[in-house]
Amino acid sequence: MTEKRTARPAKTSSGRRSAPLDVDALLDDPATRVIVCCGSGGVGKTTTAAALGLRAAERGRRVVVLTIDPARRLAQSMGLVELDNAPRPVRGADTAAGGSLDAMMLDMKRTFDEVIEAHATPEKAEQILANPFYQALSSSFAGTQEYMAMEKLGQLRTRAEAAKAAGRTDEAWDLIVVDTPPSRSALDFLDAPQRLGSFLDGRFIRILSAPAKAGGRAYLKVVSLAVGTAGNVMTKILGAGFLTDVQTFVSALDTMFGGFRERADRTYRLLQAEGTAFVVVAAPEPDALREASYFVERLGAERMPLAGLVLNRVHVALAEDLSADRAAAAAEDLDAAGGQALTAGLLRVHADRMRRRDRDRSLAVRFTSAHPTVPVVEVPARAEDVHDLEGLRAVGADLSKG
Amino acid sequence: MPPTEPSSDTDWDGVRLHVVTGKGGTGKTTVAAALALALAAGGRRTLLCEVENRQGIAQLFDVPQLPYEERKIAVAPGGGDVFALAIEPKAALLEYLELFYRLGRAGKMLERLGAVDFATTIAPGVRDVLLTGKVYEAARRRGKTGPVYDAVVLDAPPTGRITQFLNVNEEVVGLAKVGPVRNQAGSIMSLLRSPQTVVHLVTVLEEMPVQETQDGVAQLHEAGLPVGGVVVNMVRDPVLPQRSLTAAAKGRLDRAAVVAGLESAGLGGRSATLVDGLLAEAGEHALRVALESAQRKELAALERPVYELPALSEGIDLGALYDFAEELREQGMA
Repeated sequence: MTEKRTARPAKTSSGRRSAPLDVDALLDDPATRVIVCCGSGGVGKTTTAAALGLRAAERGRRVVVLTIDPARRLAQSMGLVELDNAPRPVRGADTAAGGSLDAMMLDMKRTFDEVIEAHATPEKAEQILANPFYQALSSSFAGTQEYMAMEKLGQLRTRAEAAKAAGRTDEAWDLIVVDTPPSRSALDFLDAPQRLGSFLDGRFIRILSAPAKAGGRAYLKVVSLAVGTAGNVMTKILGAGFLTDVQTFVSALDTMFGGFRERADRTYRLLQAEGTAFVVVAAPEPDALREASYFVERLGAERMPLAGLVLNRVHVALAEDLSADRAAAAAEDLDAAGGQALTAGLLRVHADRMRRRDRDRSLAVRFTSAHPTVPVVEVPARAEDVHDLEGLRAVGADLSKG
Repeated sequence: MPPTEPSSDTDWDGVRLHVVTGKGGTGKTTVAAALALALAAGGRRTLLCEVENRQGIAQLFDVPQLPYEERKIAVAPGGGDVFALAIEPKAALLEYLELFYRLGRAGKMLERLGAVDFATTIAPGVRDVLLTGKVYEAARRRGKTGPVYDAVVLDAPPTGRITQFLNVNEEVVGLAKVGPVRNQAGSIMSLLRSPQTVVHLVTVLEEMPVQETQDGVAQLHEAGLPVGGVVVNMVRDPVLPQRSLTAAAKGRLDRAAVVAGLESAGLGGRSATLVDGLLAEAGEHALRVALESAQRKELAALERPVYELPALSEGIDLGALYDFAEELREQGMA
């Protein structure tokens, strides 16, 4: 991967240096097992994930796409109407090359419930599922969605391996494409699961659930004082029932599997594993590109494999030789002379497009100068939203033109 | 200059808390900031709050990072002050504890034990009560001569999460059955559901953001939260007259006329691909205008006041914010 990046620095029309992201090579490489699409909200992550999945399937991979929150019409076109939290085959994908495409939409509460059900005795599971703290946590905590997306990814991998071992073809996926939850910051995807894991497994919650065991002797006096204060304050603020709920939840959970943090750590390591590729998606907007920069830096720091950046919805012009200024000036000349309103109008449309193109380009250049080794592919803006396989195919074709 | 009475010719007279939401990428922070400026115009005083730890206001106004402290960041047209506050849940919790329990050093102890982190990140709903609670406090704060702020503008979480965020009562009801958080949530809810509050939705004329706006309006209604106006951001005027748009959409523009026009503009020496390019661009332009007008109809069907702000090819700077504030005033939003 690294070799490829440095070996083929391409010079684009604007003169910036960056390697193109070779999407088809990524999709075709059997070593690519997991592709994670991430980026800040509203940049087209879901569409990119679906387009990558479809393209990979039609090039012969056995693909499952895990989407988080697809637009309604896109979800319908992919057959994502059964909300049973399990992958379904996508009808209409071309399987001539020997591939297949399944897709699913994440149901976070259900995934959490399944984790509980899989690891606890039926009575215990029932007790946990009925706990008010659990119910709030599993349906509304901001990090739960990220945590459950990772959990689901782990499950899909296990299922694929089991299917392969049993010689079944229905779930023998060799590529999992993951969309990440819509959040302001792309980093949330990496941080939230560990945050949730370490809190549920953390000191405070242990103190709350089992004050006598926490801390150890040396701290005993201070800790019990502090716990007393903390407990009192929490009880005062939240009411007594709340703490009881938390305590029963944690102790019920504690006996059944080796802690949340360990589980979160394990899924996290999966992302560092060989065969995982991160695709960072951004739109040519300062905020989205800033987030993309943070994410790229973070992936580097965590030694997570970055495949490259998809710069989505880039404005292009169809007559790029004529500059915005020249077109605008010509339109003015025509207006002054009179009689050529149509051409003047067309020149204005063009000037407008060129200005947008120039702006997008300068934002892209800013990103590539800061991250010269990150391969980039630009996907042109389209007039219409993508809501069918045909549209996804077209996006896939654009993605592979890098 | 004495603070002027709220002018009586805006669409939101009597509203003290303006919540601004929108799908990511539609420019809700920009709209919130422009609205805060517009509402401060003519010698009034407004507070612009953000709650997502994003420092979007600081970036927009090109000032250093905002602390958890109200700071003056701009002077409105005709006099008037815009203050800004980045609300941070941990600081809000400590402030709250200090206010009600005078914890002193015990507060630090709570923080060290992880209790503060626990309350602000894990305990579901508590975080939102703290964030909205601070907004509530600022909106209700009174000085010697009346309210400290004539209006508070909240740059809120995106449309997909706004109802859950504001519906703090619902969020904590299952957990905190009694106690101050429960009471606090109750008081916040009564302000949010009162005629003193409106929730504005920012969108652009594209399918997904418009769909989310429609969903957001329905969810707000269902939760009994007051829906304000719809702000359509990044509006681009059609460059071509309707007749040309119709022809362009059908691919029937007069090619010969364009060739002749380019000739008289001194561009005749350019290649034929220029003509093809311009005609194709006109076709796409017409398609976009048609799609936008379909989205406009969808928004009109919501029967809420609609305000429009233009797209700027150069991006948003401080000058643009003042222009937007002026636009919003002219259109009656402030």
